Amino acid sequence: MKVRISDDAVALACGADAVAAAFFAAGCEVERVSSWGMHWLEPLVELDGVSYGPVTPEDAAIIMRHSREGGNPPPDADPRLRGGDALWGKPIANHPFLARQQRLTFARAGQTRPLSLDDYAATGGWAGLAKARALGSDETMAEVLASGLRGRGGAGFPAAIKWKTVADAISDRKYIVCNADEGDSATFADRMVMEGDPFMLIEGMAIAGLAVGATKAFVYIRSEYPHAIAKMQAAVQASAHLVAPFAIEVRVGAGAYVCGEETSLLNSLEGKRGEVRAKPPLPALKGLFGQPTVVNNVLTLAAVPWILANGGAAYAAYGMGRSKGTMPVQLAGNVKHGGLFEVAFGITLGELVNEIGGGTASGRPVKAVQVGGPLGAYIHPDQFDLPFDYEAFTAADALIGHAGITVFDDTADMAAMARFAFEFCAAESCGKCTPCRIGSTRGVEVMDGILAARNSSPERGGGPRSGGGAGAGDTPNVSTVPNRPLHQPSGGPPPRSGEDFALITDLAETMKYGSLCALGGFTPYPVLSALKHWPEDFA
Amino acid sequence: MAHASLQELIAAHADREGPLLPILHDVQAAFGHISEDAMRTIAHALNLSRAEVHGVVSFYHDFKTAPDARPVLKLCRAEACKARGVEALLPAIENTAGSRVKVETIYCLGLCAVGPAALVGNTVHARLTAERASALVASL
Repeated sequence: MKVRISDDAVALACGADAVAAAFFAAGCEVERVSSWGMHWLEPLVELDGVSYGPVTPEDAAIIMRHSREGGNPPPDADPRLRGGDALWGKPIANHPFLARQQRLTFARAGQTRPLSLDDYAATGGWAGLAKARALGSDETMAEVLASGLRGRGGAGFPAAIKWKTVADAISDRKYIVCNADEGDSATFADRMVMEGDPFMLIEGMAIAGLAVGATKAFVYIRSEYPHAIAKMQAAVQASAHLVAPFAIEVRVGAGAYVCGEETSLLNSLEGKRGEVRAKPPLPALKGLFGQPTVVNNVLTLAAVPWILANGGAAYAAYGMGRSKGTMPVQLAGNVKHGGLFEVAFGITLGELVNEIGGGTASGRPVKAVQVGGPLGAYIHPDQFDLPFDYEAFTAADALIGHAGITVFDDTADMAAMARFAFEFCAAESCGKCTPCRIGSTRGVEVMDGILAARNSSPERGGGPRSGGGAGAGDTPNVSTVPNRPLHQPSGGPPPRSGEDFALITDLAETMKYGSLCALGGFTPYPVLSALKHWPEDFA
Repeated sequence: MAHASLQELIAAHADREGPLLPILHDVQAAFGHISEDAMRTIAHALNLSRAEVHGVVSFYHDFKTAPDARPVLKLCRAEACKARGVEALLPAIENTAGSRVKVETIYCLGLCAVGPAALVGNTVHARLTAERASALVASL
């Protein structure tokens, strides 16, 4: 008997190694594959096309017997596994979560061994690179232009325009830099590409190199992703002969969120503090070591092999408006069916959260979702008809970012989340510009004042809020304010909340328009959206 | 445990473009911190000023300037893990950790649909409850 079990970090974190060991001990051949991206089912076991999940090591014998004998799940199976959300003895390919997807980038997810060159080649791997080599630089870029592919890192800049700028720049040394510093909470698509299909990313980089005339690439991976680092290093080594003379080097970040910003990332690669650079000059003209550089997100580069193999027009047939192709949406946080959902642009937020995600994991009502990571706006369920489209989100004062969606239930404390947005910005600011460096710290202080006033108001019973547990506002360092004499002198007059709200709004304005990069510039989005939609949490 | 010497660690990256971060990672891994002496040696080898190296070391969360032999639990406290209740685990974790285990906050392990999540060394842990998190801390 051959079983397939993922070795993606999600599967490992949920105990996949112990499950694999149990099947191996029972005499099965165990094949470690990528993850289907259905995270609530991990560890997921696939046996002769039939899947079971989530599985514990104790289930191995039951599953093997069920596979041999067929029929209904045996009565001695762990009852937890037979709940509505588990998958027990059915083909996974028919699962509604997969059936509704349009997987182009994640076409191999769950089905191939990540580091098997044979598996990769047998499933269409390297076809895009072969095509690009046959087409040459200009026609390769023409295909990418026709695809309408936009940068998947968040800014949504047309990839072909960036490539053309680098291609036209005159230099004997150009670079491809893959931004794998996926620091946004609720995002894991880059990680899944690197851990599950690393050769696809390598192929995408090689195509980009061929198109713009670069022979060296760096993949900058955050240090919080040890498994992605190991897989990419192994894959780069295993495929070096297939992409030569193009050479790829894996570099590891050092725990700085701001290095996901492209100019900060370039500084970090050069061995400097990860401070943001003022633009212009654009990295496309003066990037890494002052040379013309393509900086693309993992998902942007990973989409390229499919585009070359199938044609730009085929990719552009997906999507809506100016948002072409598919987006690997990541459903996260308090969501029942969390994981990776790749779909053409245009699907509504409500469909994603309620129909596909199945609402909250806790079973309570959805209170808010944050789209686009820590710099993304909190969106109220009233806005769930919003289509997933760069322009539609911008018009609604929100951003798609890297397409991570964090779901919160009704126990979430939105004022605490607004405070956290400032706290995060303060912790991760590179310090170069004042609005971000100072503004974030002042923001935390003002939010502390607002929270203190709220928690001591008579309607709240004069004490800190109880219950919930979902927001930072319930932690001791937030509800006690010994080091904040300005806003709550002991025994002094009550805090001036009205003025605090004006201050927050003013501060947000300054950060939004005065910051050098998106860290300071977008921190106002979660803060102001929380204040706008849930004012009751602030008073 | 036998380490490569500082000079060997530096030399291993000599032909890289932008070698400072790879060197600092190796020094941090080998010695548990990056000492003042190490910074001077690295600066000298790369023809940088000591201030430049110090500036880089102090910028990144991963680099420490003082040794700390305690085991470390890196707990994710970003939005998705907050939405899944990580803050409610803190009292139990801190209680078990005491001063024996260092509990560090990190932002995001990319395990955002199966949080609360934590990293110990290169091992990832998910679906933490107060009981499981405490047991994990106790085992370190």
